[in-house]
Amino acid sequence: MKKILLLKLAHARSGDKGDASNIGVIARKPEYFSLLREKLTPEAVRKHFEGICRGKVERFELPNLGALNFLLHEALGGGGTVSLRNDAQGKTMSTAILRMEIEVPDDFETR
Amino acid sequence: MKKRDSIRIASGQGYWGDLPQAPYWQVSKGPTDYLVMDYLAEVTMSILQKQKSRDPRLGYAKDLLQVMEQILPIVSANGIKVITNGGGVNPQACRDAIFDIAKRLGVKGLKIGVVYGDDIYGRIDQLLGSGNDLINMDTGESVRKVRDRLLSANVYFGAFPIAKALEQGAQIVLTGRATDTGLTLAPMIHEFGWGKDEFDNLAAGIVAGHILECGGQSSGGNYLKDWRSVPDLANIGFPIAEAHADGTVYITKHDGTGGLVSVDTIKEQLLYEIGNPREYITPEVVADFTSIQLEQAGENRVKVFGVKGRAPTDFFKVSMAYSDGYYAIGTLTYGWPDALEKAQAADRIMRQRLQDLGHKFDEFHTEFLGYNSCHGPLSPQPAEINEVVLRVAVRGHDKESIEAFGRQLVPLVLTGPPTVTGFGGGRPKPQEVVAYWPALLPKSLVKPEIEVAEL
Repeated sequence: MKKILLLKLAHARSGDKGDASNIGVIARKPEYFSLLREKLTPEAVRKHFEGICRGKVERFELPNLGALNFLLHEALGGGGTVSLRNDAQGKTMSTAILRMEIEVPDDFETR
Repeated sequence: MKKRDSIRIASGQGYWGDLPQAPYWQVSKGPTDYLVMDYLAEVTMSILQKQKSRDPRLGYAKDLLQVMEQILPIVSANGIKVITNGGGVNPQACRDAIFDIAKRLGVKGLKIGVVYGDDIYGRIDQLLGSGNDLINMDTGESVRKVRDRLLSANVYFGAFPIAKALEQGAQIVLTGRATDTGLTLAPMIHEFGWGKDEFDNLAAGIVAGHILECGGQSSGGNYLKDWRSVPDLANIGFPIAEAHADGTVYITKHDGTGGLVSVDTIKEQLLYEIGNPREYITPEVVADFTSIQLEQAGENRVKVFGVKGRAPTDFFKVSMAYSDGYYAIGTLTYGWPDALEKAQAADRIMRQRLQDLGHKFDEFHTEFLGYNSCHGPLSPQPAEINEVVLRVAVRGHDKESIEAFGRQLVPLVLTGPPTVTGFGGGRPKPQEVVAYWPALLPKSLVKPEIEVAEL
């Protein structure tokens, strides 16, 4: 087995819903979707965002788009207008999730 | 009653402050039937409410007037209709200002419709008195807690009141707090005669609205998958929904413009700011985003179809804003060598000085731009970096402490670590924190009002 960056398997977009960060993760190729579904569990995402996300992580599936939508509660320092962060709306949470390392078989090719 | 089989609805603004030339491009670079523009974010209404309290002729998105100045002649000559929520908390005053522009430009026979009744700021005590506590959807608390600090309160209306204004002949429709998606759905209801129980069609219009509501973000802007591949972003074509009476929608843009409309740019926008995709709740319908089918139907042309919807809830969403203390943000730039270490030391010194003076904050937040302001604790420790921006922000209810923070920042330049610059902005000043209070209200308690006037 080897580890590759989620960035190689998916693209993403993030936004805010109050103090929750919404991160949509989309498979770069349709065949990656089942791998994303298997590896990106709410627990794995919660662990990855330790120190950022203080609430629960919810996951929703959109197989029609080859995508997963995550809601990270209490993850924006109080929400859009209250948060003191430079990224108060969590616009860059999209690439924060793509830093995750995903375990794949040694012969797994991403090109 | 069906009037046409298909219409082209163009997105002109995704938010207040969006690309100012986009509306003119949308009405001049190719065929367009409707121009829709979103101006309102969650706390915008509180800013407008304050402007209105100072001057009863204000309280709407003033940038909209510059746009109207540019587009009125061409819109009027070509019969293009314009729908926007830029009316804010004073759509009537916005209408009068647009009529003034029309007179000056010699535009005749203009009919403007306003939709209002969404502003319930003056009715809060009456609602509380009759047992509607406007419970915060996130915290479960009654709005009584922040009653004396409320700055604005608005119900989100949907597409049907706008469609009614179109039915009455309005060429421009100005609303207060209408949903972004409703702006796009309204012309479909008007032109295709969709009824309130045609949930799949209404959901298709809502999905089109969600794709259009952030302007260029669905046509190649902020596109993560392969941003280098997007051509000519300088001339980005904002998205256009070519809607058909059977609920099929094609997303495209004007020929000859920059940007990109592909299945992947649309996917990214569909996932933006959503919660449970099976329950995208709007005043007209609950749309199911897991039913959406996408298909590339040509160059810069994506077919959106198969959308399912179900009956709406009995509630309007209410968006309220309240004052919640003060904040201030300041920055200093540290240069090589040991830039990050110096910035970190400066942060510690400042915290100690403020503590020694007895100041207290609800939150004291430090970031280092160039290192960790995007990904926080996920950011890998950098090797030697050339420079870093120390960014410190404080929030609290004691205004004096927030002011003291402002006085403590710049002195770091001569009383802290070396090689520091970037203090030209001077002392950071306390700003009001405007917090958001989401709630629900039974639809039976609020009625949209529609008024169409001719110049």
